[in-house]
Amino acid sequence: MIAIRNLSKAFGKKVVLDGLELTVPKGKNTVVIGGSGTGKSVLIKCAVGLLRPEAGEIRIDGHDITRMDERELVRVRRRFGMLFQGAALFDSMDVGENVAFVLRRLKMYPERQIREVVEEKLSMVGLRDIQRLMPAELSGGMKKRVGLARAIASEPDILLYDEPTTGLDPIMADVINDLIISLRETIGATSITITHDMASAYKIADQIAMLYKGKIIETGTPEEIRTTSNPVVAQFVQGRAHGPITDESEEFVRFVSR
Amino acid sequence: MTDSTARKNGAVRLAELLGERVYAMVLDLGAIFTLFVQVVSSLVRPPSEIRNIVKQMEEVGIRSMPVVLVTATFTGMVLALQSYAGFQRFGATSFVGSVVALSITRELGPVFAGLMVSGRVGASMAAELGTMKVTEQIDALVTLATNPVKYLIVPRVVAATIVLPVLVVFADLLGIVGGYFVSVHLMGANPYVYVAKTYQYLEFKDIYTGLVKASVFGMLIALISCHHGFVAEGGAEGVGRATTRAVVASSMMVLISDYFMTSFMF
Repeated sequence: MIAIRNLSKAFGKKVVLDGLELTVPKGKNTVVIGGSGTGKSVLIKCAVGLLRPEAGEIRIDGHDITRMDERELVRVRRRFGMLFQGAALFDSMDVGENVAFVLRRLKMYPERQIREVVEEKLSMVGLRDIQRLMPAELSGGMKKRVGLARAIASEPDILLYDEPTTGLDPIMADVINDLIISLRETIGATSITITHDMASAYKIADQIAMLYKGKIIETGTPEEIRTTSNPVVAQFVQGRAHGPITDESEEFVRFVSR
Repeated sequence: MTDSTARKNGAVRLAELLGERVYAMVLDLGAIFTLFVQVVSSLVRPPSEIRNIVKQMEEVGIRSMPVVLVTATFTGMVLALQSYAGFQRFGATSFVGSVVALSITRELGPVFAGLMVSGRVGASMAAELGTMKVTEQIDALVTLATNPVKYLIVPRVVAATIVLPVLVVFADLLGIVGGYFVSVHLMGANPYVYVAKTYQYLEFKDIYTGLVKASVFGMLIALISCHHGFVAEGGAEGVGRATTRAVVASSMMVLISDYFMTSFMF
């Protein structure tokens, strides 16, 4: 279980997370939704220790990672797998080397077994016989799947997805959704997904949390979020141009142009 | 009235600009020193990066060889040409060999190799690491239980520190050969006198101080370029900016550190 308490993070004067509270239950998929630039990425980068928050704590099975030194963090990070928005494949290496990276780095298998393990991970994301291709030769959807195979290579029990369906066509987006669901079932990982794709959120989530102005303003099952009474959440999930979220910025625009 | 306020604003603006630049430079220097400490402290920790070091040595060494050698040859040649023209005025042309050998080994070999490597290797390091940074590949390394400083920067710094002196050995050699060629075959100097004069005043110290300098240049170039790549942000434009900064800063550092090393070592 991941428990995030009172998390705050600012860049210079710009406060991004402001006392955020979120509980991520074990073995479930929690989806964090929110507009662009609301700090969703910052949230999961704090969770994996890529960014250090100013205040608050992130407990993973009771261990607070915000207080760990670099060496402890390295040990804890072995439990994490992360899929990046642009897949972030190492473009100097072929697909096989990308997926095998952490296996070789941590010497998890003898060298002669690595090809088989890599093939197995790639087949889990529905890819075969592409170990020799370079990332530049892959389509967007394939890159994400290879990124996913790389993220699950070390058999992590926590998976973080940074906008897994962004930039994909609807069919490929749904393939990724199915993969996320099947991975939760096959490896039983706890996962956090950040997205603004509501179709994907409803499909993969056990729990949805809405991030707005640095705080989680509502948490619930997909059904509860769909029928929410909170006007801010309702505007976002229904994708309306007019509502409390945009009213505020319109007032701001009017104020500035005056 | 308006004129004086405008001038004052200009002066204030200038001072501000200067202050910002100096502040940014101090920040960079501090970051580069921190990076140096991190590199040294992660040098000996497992896993060993020997394969990456060898790969980088090939990149920095073998691939920079042609450009460094061409530069060194022509430097030696033009040096012989110029000293010959100058020394002719007071009948000291027999010393051209000594001047070429001393200038190349003590100064021009290491400095020109350093400048060429700044341009070639510094740019490629900054661009490669900068691209990795803006496409989140460096973050990905961290999530794959890998320390990016150790995995990416240590091999580059170690390789550049080891390889640059090797490049300079060849540069020295070809510079002197270039000088010999011009003096003997174009200026009609006596080959035996030329070779004798080359050896007569050349001390071992001239060569090894040049190599020590080269080593320091290599380390500085790699550290500075990797630093600028690592802090790149803002897409392709940011990578471009990081690359420019890396080349400018490392070339300047080569020349500045050269002066101080020369003044301490001789």
